[in-house]
Amino acid sequence: MRATVLMGLLLLLGAWPAAAQQPSRPVDDLQAYEIASELRCVVCQNLSVADSPSEMANQMRAIVRERLAAGETPAQVRQYFVERYGDWILLAPPRRGFTLLVWLAPLVAVLVGLAVVALLVRRWTGRRRATPPPVDAAMSERIRRELEREP
Amino acid sequence: MRRRRWRWLLPLTAVPVLALLAYGFRLNPRDIRSPLVGRPAAPFALTSFEGAPMQLGALRGKVVVLNFWASWCYPACYEEAPVLERGWRAYRDRDVVVLGVDIQDKDEAGRKFIRDFSLTFPNAPDPSGKVSVDYGVYGVPETFFIDRAGAIRVKHVSAVTDQVFRDTVEALLAEPAPRR
Amino acid sequence: MIPEAGSGALIVALILALYGAVAAAVGGRRGRPALVESAQHAALGVFALLTAGALLLIYAFLSFDFSVRYVANNTNLGTPFYYRITALWGALEGSIVLWGWMLSVYTLIVILRHRTSARELYPWVLSVMLSVVSFFLLVMTVAAPVFARMTPIPPDGRGLNPLLEDSGMITHPVALYLGFTGFTVPFAFAVAALITGRVSDFWITTTRRWTIVAWYFLSLGLLIGGWWSYHVLGWGGYWAWDPVENAAFMPWLTGTALLHSVMIQERRRMLRLWNIALVILTFSLTLFGTFLTRSGVIASVHAFSQSSIGVYFLSFLALVVLSGLGLIAWRWDTLGAQGELDSVVSRESAFLLNNVLLVAAAFTVFFGTVFPLLSEAVRDVKVSVGAPFFNQVNVPLFLSLIFLMGVGPLIAWRRASLENLQRNFLWPIVIGVTAAALFRLLGVRSILAVVTLALTVFVASTIGVDLVRATRARRAMGERALPALGGLLLRHNRRYGGFVVHLAILVVAVGVTGSQAWSVHTETTLKRGEQTELGGYRIRFDGLRESQESNHGKVTGTFTVMNGRAAGAVLEPAKKFYPQQSPIAYVDYRLGLVDDIYLVLGDFAGDGTSATVKFQVNRLVSWIWIGGLVLTLGTVLAVLPERRKAA
Repeated sequence: MRATVLMGLLLLLGAWPAAAQQPSRPVDDLQAYEIASELRCVVCQNLSVADSPSEMANQMRAIVRERLAAGETPAQVRQYFVERYGDWILLAPPRRGFTLLVWLAPLVAVLVGLAVVALLVRRWTGRRRATPPPVDAAMSERIRRELEREP
Repeated sequence: MRRRRWRWLLPLTAVPVLALLAYGFRLNPRDIRSPLVGRPAAPFALTSFEGAPMQLGALRGKVVVLNFWASWCYPACYEEAPVLERGWRAYRDRDVVVLGVDIQDKDEAGRKFIRDFSLTFPNAPDPSGKVSVDYGVYGVPETFFIDRAGAIRVKHVSAVTDQVFRDTVEALLAEPAPRR
Repeated sequence: MIPEAGSGALIVALILALYGAVAAAVGGRRGRPALVESAQHAALGVFALLTAGALLLIYAFLSFDFSVRYVANNTNLGTPFYYRITALWGALEGSIVLWGWMLSVYTLIVILRHRTSARELYPWVLSVMLSVVSFFLLVMTVAAPVFARMTPIPPDGRGLNPLLEDSGMITHPVALYLGFTGFTVPFAFAVAALITGRVSDFWITTTRRWTIVAWYFLSLGLLIGGWWSYHVLGWGGYWAWDPVENAAFMPWLTGTALLHSVMIQERRRMLRLWNIALVILTFSLTLFGTFLTRSGVIASVHAFSQSSIGVYFLSFLALVVLSGLGLIAWRWDTLGAQGELDSVVSRESAFLLNNVLLVAAAFTVFFGTVFPLLSEAVRDVKVSVGAPFFNQVNVPLFLSLIFLMGVGPLIAWRRASLENLQRNFLWPIVIGVTAAALFRLLGVRSILAVVTLALTVFVASTIGVDLVRATRARRAMGERALPALGGLLLRHNRRYGGFVVHLAILVVAVGVTGSQAWSVHTETTLKRGEQTELGGYRIRFDGLRESQESNHGKVTGTFTVMNGRAAGAVLEPAKKFYPQQSPIAYVDYRLGLVDDIYLVLGDFAGDGTSATVKFQVNRLVSWIWIGGLVLTLGTVLAVLPERRKAA
């Protein structure tokens, strides 16, 4: 918190972001692409900055590259955007706190589903042993077909 | 056969989901709260369409109305341009500055827009988009009201009305000037 | 005058549909065939009037009747002929008309096909179909009146959304809506079964074809949507996990689950409750999709303009879900689980797993799609849930599903013996593992790609093993190879239709994997005459030209491909500047079986000396579209009447 205030003060005094003054270094294309693909293109709603052909996304990609060139880490670049747009700009919500919920949902869904199926299968196989059913029409059809197919 | 009374609870399971969807009507997906409100406004140095420097740093102690627009933003930007011009004329003598930043636009189109509405407050293009991203702009028009101490106090999304302009600016003017 | 005739037709259709729905229900309840017959006539009338309404709307478009607001908003004098017809479904109000019209067509087919074959259920099926039609007619006449007038009459219209001026826009909504509306028929049968208490297996066998057809059109709609997104939106991809894409994908997932679980019920008389629930869920999800697109509750590229129409859809959705679940609760005891299983290792188990995974995937997509709402409701913070999330969580689910796709069709019903497993899976497993090693050796670096491709090979070889064995069996009876194979496909068309559909999914999976793993992209600024190289292709920037089109200005870049298979091709990506809209990119591309070259024009110097270009070489994307063709073949095979009995 204090750091942001301090930075804000520095900014207010008219100092440019320190990043802009550092010597630039070569940017890893893939790294830039990865960062951009995690950011939401703010004008197009559901495309990433990497994918969107819009003007705004062009500019945001350029900003990503520029900040990387100035020596920022990918985490810092992401943070730069989050500070200005909020978590909203991240296409994959952070895996902590409340938004962890959305990450757990698939796991829970599969586990619950498997548990229900396991329960049913246990009950059903048990019932089978109790009463062997007569051969039904579908089964005899199946037998006929198997016979027909096999030499 | 057992009486399975609980089965009547089945339809109730859908109620929370339906309620959530209904809640969605109350929301505006375009209305995204800016984390920048209450924080110091990022400085910038642009060059206006007339070639004059346009810097936020130079305006400390004044109330700044910073408006992001584009000539292709119809109708909202077309509705608010006269509002901003009226506000600028009414308040320019009371330490209020209106600044326009034209984003994602062609220069000629931006100039024509300024001519068409006879805008007299300073306007500058933001060719690299850096200033718009620094302010977390996600569409046009958006307007930031910056207090005398240089902090963003209000972010207004969509066209500014005379009422909004007057009320917000008056409120900021009513605050004591910061000690230097 | 025309617009008044149009709205008149729709209002009369609404009254007829409501009458028909009530008459059919009363006729069914009291056993009065005369009433049911009169409902039938009403349905005919609804069809005729809806057709008339749609034609009148098309006429209004063709004659540029800008006094109709819908026409003025979606065409202008410059709109080409074909797009004036397709403008019918270019925006909210008209899309509802198309939707309603398709429903009335389906109702007609239901009447023709099932009038006598489904005696007890039929009146209720008719009643449910007409009720759904009534809802859409209500929307057309009250919530979003499509023939609403506009004053003063503008001299010219606003024009169609430029992104919609594309052939994909003609077919994509039509296929998608045919799929969405198609699920109304199984739904109607399910509700009829619940109401009459005849929840046994009749309704399932009767609606099997309907489900396949609806599922097919939905698949096709999704694929065409991907194609449109790929070649129009200019972001280089075909699937963005946009809320509205998700909305169409969810019923696809549950519909796929349904296609499989229905087979268990047909054979083993199990899962009655589950199947009914799946049908209701699938239909509800199609409504949820319509609700999402039309309510503006969740921001999306596809969203029609916001309007009060969302309230109507949500109310109808609530009605369907609550009464559906209520009916299930009411019939709970008759639906009760009658299942019995012989062994855990059986086709039944494979299908149960398949259902768990598909429904879990649907739930994941649903939860991710509405999660932003939840986040805002609970803690008032806006969040995004987008492609990186959906890709990560769905990949393991889809891979498991592909694996099951190999296991399910060949493992024995009831109880798989060791011999059965060996006979069917030994070779495919060997081939799959070999393929994995081979891909690795060939330098495929991504583990995910290796796993997916190896699984694909495994599944393909299970199909191969089955075909070879069956053909051999028939040859042993004296047939020659090709006729034997042909006869096999036709005589067991249902089984092999399913196999072909599985193959289609594999082809799509290869396309998706390839495009994710091997596509390359770059973005560079080139001066005129300068070249850049990517993925074995070199392109040269030859300059820009500016032109004025009928309703927009356009800057076109010229790029020449210098080497590789596409050498000499000239690509002309452009940027269109519509008045009062942000500029739109117009992509240019060369498609290939392996490589697509894909160019998007970015920024450029005003004097045309330099331009930034997004240059992509997308790999195997064409396989996705080819998968669509294979899917069509398989579906046709699967719905052909079964010849087995006759032979």
